[in-house]
Order: sequence, then C-alpha cells, then structure tokens
Amino acid sequence: MPILAALLCGFIFGAGLVISGMTDTAKVLGFLDLLAISRGAWDPTLAIVMAAALAVSIPGFWLAQRRGRPVLAATMAWPARTEIDRPLIAGAALFGAGWGLVGLCPGPAIANLATLSPAVLLFVATMLAGMTAHDLWRRRRAAPSAGPALAADPAAAADG
Amino acid sequence: MAPFDPVAAATGGALIGLSAVLLMLLTGRIAGISGILGDLVSSDRAWRIAFVLGLIAAPLVLSAGGHALSAPAMPGLLVVAVAGLLVGFGTRLGGGCTSGHGICGFARLSPRSIAATMTFMIVAILVVAIARHAL
Repeated sequence: MPILAALLCGFIFGAGLVISGMTDTAKVLGFLDLLAISRGAWDPTLAIVMAAALAVSIPGFWLAQRRGRPVLAATMAWPARTEIDRPLIAGAALFGAGWGLVGLCPGPAIANLATLSPAVLLFVATMLAGMTAHDLWRRRRAAPSAGPALAADPAAAADG
Repeated sequence: MAPFDPVAAATGGALIGLSAVLLMLLTGRIAGISGILGDLVSSDRAWRIAFVLGLIAAPLVLSAGGHALSAPAMPGLLVVAVAGLLVGFGTRLGGGCTSGHGICGFARLSPRSIAATMTFMIVAILVVAIARHAL
C-alpha cells in the first residue's frame, strides 16, 4: 500500500508540473529573468506555482504534524536539522547555478524523461553522476576521522 | 513558450502541494525529489522507485488525454552536462532542491529551507541575468 501511495503521489506531482508549465524550461528561465520585467516580457508562472503549492502544503503539513502518525507507516520522517551551515548554502548556490543554466531542477528533469529528449537524458545522467560524486566524496572525507561506522549516511543528512 | 496562464499555474501548483501533503500523511515521507533520487539505491528504495515512475508516467498519461508532450528547449550539450553535475552535486550537498526545501521545508517554515531557497533563487536569477544579458 505505501508503494501504491508513493506511485500516486509521484503521479500527482508530475501532473502538477506539467499542468503548471514547470516542465517547460523556457517558462522557468522566463521567471528567473528578472531583467525582463522592464521589457514587459517576464513570466510570473513559477511564483504562482510556488504560492499555490504552499497554500496547500502549509495547512496540510500543519494538519499532518497534529495527526502525528501517517496512515500507512509507523512514523513521519520530518527532517530534524535546523542549522544554516556552509554546506547548505554552498550546495544551494551550486544547485542554483545549474538550475539557471538550463531551467531544470530534479522534478521537472525526471518528468521530462517522458519526452525521450537526448539532452534531457544527458542532464539526468550527469545529475545522477553529480549526486553519486557528492556521496563518494563525503564518504571519503568522513571515513578517516569518524571511522566507518559514522561514514556519512547521506540519507540521514538530506532534508528532502 | 506557452503564454502565461495563471489558472493553470495555480492548479498545477496546488497539485504539487497536495502531492507533498499526501505523501507525508500516507507514508510519512518528505516529497523532496533530489533526496528521493539520491537514495534510489538505498535499502529503502521501493517507494522511491514508485514515486519516480509516477512522476514519469504523469506526462505520458496527460498526453494521452490531449495535453501536448513536447521536449523542452535545451542549451548546448556541454552546458547541459555542466548544469546536470551542478544540480546533482549541489542538491546533495545542500540537502534538497525546489521541492524538498522550496515547498516542503518552506511550508514548515524551516529557517534552513528558507535560507536554501533564497540562495538557489538568487544565484539562479544572477546566472540567468549574466547568461542572457551580459554574455
């Protein structure tokens, strides 16, 4: 059942991306291009999408937190980390640079695999390579000082 | 590029928010796509694979229903490869992307996620400004 629920949620997420136009790199870059405002060519779509998503997720998460326990699992895996540290900001900056170069973030990149575009396939392949490179780098850094037992478990560190 | 359609944008955005709420409410998981992708090979992978399959199936099902399925505009392959590496490494180092930090973390008013979201937004805006207007 949890597997079916995840499939359904992935489907709803993908449908939201397609319907809102966020699988279209031109619309994403059209939002990020703030200098287009003065020319009247700015596309506010991404701001509307974010606002509408938050309008649902803010009350929805509040209700979920009050409920405390998920329907099909034992616990809710809320991210526990709160610190604003250098890896967070450096990682977000690197991600922002890549996002601004192409207009694809991970969700729309995966949804766009459905188009079988070779450039999208290349983007997803290099994105997965970048993720793997990070995890290997982190494991190597963690290993000598912390020992193998603490050698980075990236899943535990991820917020989402 | 399709013209600005606020109703479609709001409908799609609400569905994305609904997906994140349902995933937490039903399975107790955060709908952060970079986290789901990065842990596809972890021991707890079945739900992650299912989510990714749903994500890929959505455009196909919608196109069967008449919604155009067209490949997005992409820059040269060298830029695509560099950007892919940056997005992969950066989302992993920063612990999230537009969904995990931008929607889920922001919705919980997590200062960490708000800081990450502001950072990747500002850097992306600067990169687009330089790429489109300075080069």
